[in-house]
Amino acid sequence: MKVKVISRSTDEFTRERSQDLQRVFHNFDPNLRTQEKAVEYKRALNAAKLDKIFARPFIGAMEGHIDAVSCMAKNPNYLKGIFSGSMDGDIRLWDIANRRTVCQFPGHQGAVKGLTASTDGSTLVSCGTDCTVRLWNVPVATIMESDNLSNCSSEPRAVYTGENAFWAVDHQWNGDLFATAGAQVDIWNHNRSQPVNTFKWGTDSVISVRFNPGEPNLLATSASDRSIILYDLRVSSPARKLIMRTKTNSISWNPMEPMNFTAANEDCNCYSYDARKLEEAKCVHKDHVSAVMDIDFSPTGREFVTGSYDRTVRIFLYNGGHSREVYHTKRMQRVFSVKFSCDASYVISGSDDTNLRLWKAKASEQLGVLLPREQKKHEYNEALKKRYKHLPEVKRIIRHRHLPKPIFKAGALRRVMVEAERRKDERRKAHSAPGSIVTEPMRKRRIIKEVE
Amino acid sequence: MVREGNLENPKDDDDEEGLNLRNIKLSGQMGAKQENGDPENILPPLEQELSHELDTKVKKYLRGEGANLEVLKDKKLKGQLSVREDLYGISAKAAAKAEKWLMPSEGGYLEAEGIEKTWRIKQDAISREVGISSAKNQYDIVLPDFGPYTLDFTPSGRYMAAAGRKGHLAVVDMKNMSLIKELQVRETVRDVVFLHNELFFAAAQKKYPYIYNRDGVEIHCLKEHGVVTRLQFLKNHFLLVSINKNGQLRYQDVTMGEMIGNLRTGLGRTDVMQTNPFNGVVALGHSRGIVSMWKPTSAVPLVKMLCHPGPITAMAFHPNGHLMATSGKEKKIKIWDLRKFEVLQTLPGHAKTLDFSQKGLLAAGTGSFVHVLGDFSGSRNYSRYMGHSIVKGYQIGKVAFRPYEDVLGIGHSMGWSSILIPGAGEPNFDTWLANPFETTKQRREKEIHSLLDKLPPETIMLDPSKIGTLKSAKKKDKPTKKEMEAEMEAAVLAAKGTAIKKKTKGKNKPSKIAVKKKEKVERAKRPFLDQQMKEEENVAKKKQKIGEEISLPTALQRFARKKATA
Repeated sequence: MKVKVISRSTDEFTRERSQDLQRVFHNFDPNLRTQEKAVEYKRALNAAKLDKIFARPFIGAMEGHIDAVSCMAKNPNYLKGIFSGSMDGDIRLWDIANRRTVCQFPGHQGAVKGLTASTDGSTLVSCGTDCTVRLWNVPVATIMESDNLSNCSSEPRAVYTGENAFWAVDHQWNGDLFATAGAQVDIWNHNRSQPVNTFKWGTDSVISVRFNPGEPNLLATSASDRSIILYDLRVSSPARKLIMRTKTNSISWNPMEPMNFTAANEDCNCYSYDARKLEEAKCVHKDHVSAVMDIDFSPTGREFVTGSYDRTVRIFLYNGGHSREVYHTKRMQRVFSVKFSCDASYVISGSDDTNLRLWKAKASEQLGVLLPREQKKHEYNEALKKRYKHLPEVKRIIRHRHLPKPIFKAGALRRVMVEAERRKDERRKAHSAPGSIVTEPMRKRRIIKEVE
Repeated sequence: MVREGNLENPKDDDDEEGLNLRNIKLSGQMGAKQENGDPENILPPLEQELSHELDTKVKKYLRGEGANLEVLKDKKLKGQLSVREDLYGISAKAAAKAEKWLMPSEGGYLEAEGIEKTWRIKQDAISREVGISSAKNQYDIVLPDFGPYTLDFTPSGRYMAAAGRKGHLAVVDMKNMSLIKELQVRETVRDVVFLHNELFFAAAQKKYPYIYNRDGVEIHCLKEHGVVTRLQFLKNHFLLVSINKNGQLRYQDVTMGEMIGNLRTGLGRTDVMQTNPFNGVVALGHSRGIVSMWKPTSAVPLVKMLCHPGPITAMAFHPNGHLMATSGKEKKIKIWDLRKFEVLQTLPGHAKTLDFSQKGLLAAGTGSFVHVLGDFSGSRNYSRYMGHSIVKGYQIGKVAFRPYEDVLGIGHSMGWSSILIPGAGEPNFDTWLANPFETTKQRREKEIHSLLDKLPPETIMLDPSKIGTLKSAKKKDKPTKKEMEAEMEAAVLAAKGTAIKKKTKGKNKPSKIAVKKKEKVERAKRPFLDQQMKEEENVAKKKQKIGEEISLPTALQRFARKKATA
């Protein structure tokens, strides 16, 4: 007879000293876990709920400007710094971590309309309605680190005067050119007082300009004649033009897929285009209920943030038709500019109420250093939510966002209008000869024509 | 066998399982090929055997067949799902490897040599062979005054509650064999059950069930339950289930105290109640030989099956939920496949009490004798494994395997006993599930986590793997006649409610308005009536077909059989 029975000695299964860690044993046998699917579903539900509970995206407001914030610029070389320009001609450099002004750049007589920093972070370029372009030296990081609260002010390194008001400025990536937009598109060099190149296509003023992050000589502009124009600096004439039904307020290139850009349009939507194929948008991002004023891509290229005239900031996935997140506060007014921070974890918005606001990019993310166990738990919860995201109960909780009443109503009204239009279209189609009325997809509908 | 309620069609599992096996074997071989080239040529025989062993283990952790992605047309979805399927494969493999290399203990066994038979081996012989710590688990506690005892173990097997019929309640720590608390309630106690941990237990007493804490303090008296004969606790749902002498099944949530379900079984008094651990369905054995299965959210049983010609005396569920054992007064023990609701095996013998161990051994107690049956061929064919007889004249009332140990607890008329059944328990516990060496802190943490994971009562269903899946489109059935009528009525009401536009002079006359209204109502009714007509036509066609087959004079048609004798 051979016999063996289970026998466990306490020493083997418990810790020796009270300072030791408790011993943990695993047995992944499915038979021991009864109703594991139901339990997992319940956990997914809890994870979705917890996400809601911990969704506290607003970190703080940065006040100091005395007029509406019209534009902002990231410092590509310094994570904590952000520049902002306001309608009264004030330019400030902020320390995001401490949420205070580090430096002011006085000089502009009218509103500052465009701000940009060179890729090495040493030069700040600003332009405004006073027909000047100003170049500033950015204080080095050590001054920003110091606790000296007395604001250092600096003089502009150079002031270049143009003939017309400037609307926007953007700096080339890894180069010393920058482009201003106004009555025409001017290309400037740091050291020249006159533009090195000038482009003009169409009659109306250009309102935004953005260099391509991948190809430094390519830039996209949008003008108030509803056009989006692509320029190549290596040739003397503009490359392509796209005319839409409404004006594009701002453009942002996807830093990870530099052939794609997204345009923030006046008709409440954003349109993602492939620069090589402009006859059709790749994706239409709907959700705002008023004109989208500014857009900025996350450095990961997976999502972008938009600020709108409807007083909200939204975060979209680069290929998502609807927003992932919407941020609003009672005090935030029309949002004129938004930026994603260079580490993709914060969003900064500048609005009509003179404040800059700092938000988390993931509303329920835990800030600070996570312990490995916390990290694991977060990962587990994420996986659960991903697994059960299609089930109605979980989906509802994940999707739901509270909106201010006016925005909610406006959204509902828009849906009614869109639906009515669709119905009308359907009826018109039903009562006309087959094939005589063609419904264009939303991706094409807002495009008038493409000009080469 | 009678089935009622919203029972989903049990799958024809044998065929599917066969397929499943083949598929997994194939994939397993492919995996091996990727890693090692051609396994048949390169691997030495020992390692080949190992890889085969791993394959069978991987199968266990895959939890069934993967989705058939070939039928999908959506390429994006197909890609996402195939990535997920790969992930499942990887994690199953990792779990199998962990099982192979990281499990600290091995299971018990009893092997006969020569002409020995395992069922002839006595407990004395076993105790001579095993270590002192194991032999400690063989004992008899003789308490002649308080009459037949019933037992319950916590899920970790660390603690035991014992209840004597005449009012003796005791909680025992089985690890160091110390009595935690005993009390005398001075009235009949019919059953005892632990709640979610060892701190609380419920006892079914003379008039009501009571909940006590570990210190013997009465916490609650559950008067609503009435004279309860059996108690069960669903630990995933925190539900205390009771069946009272009027045949009423009650579910009470012990966290909030809410009465979740109060179901009239209508099948009379019973004291046979068991929970299927696999899905939380409670089964009752009735005196008419019927086993009924219940969930708290439906007033009719999920399943009613005729198992025995006479009264049912005991019932037990296999931990994997596919097997049920029942015993009847007619001295038969039957093993049932719960996926097909078919009897697999009928064994002779009477059992007053039955219990399945974690590894699938079946203990049956009757009189002063305990049989243990085992399924060694792997084909769900139970045969004799061990036997044990206690002192003649003692009447066994309850047998219960101690989880995670090779121990069988026997409650009888003169106290309780404990014997060794090698190979009964799961050798490796999971600290996060049931930990026999749990500290106070761990227990507290686990309580919180299990409360967070508390399942709603709706999750009790026959096939719990349905949770988290979509309802298949095929099952969508036609609306019933009543529903159709209701729909039509609603449409008519809506048509009546619409305001009539003001027209030019002469067209607004009441008579014209009445006509218009009538027209509207008719227009609203039209689609429904059309549909009805269509259906009626279909029925008529079918009838005609049947009529054609039987071409007899109408007077003789009632004598005609539908199928002519071949």
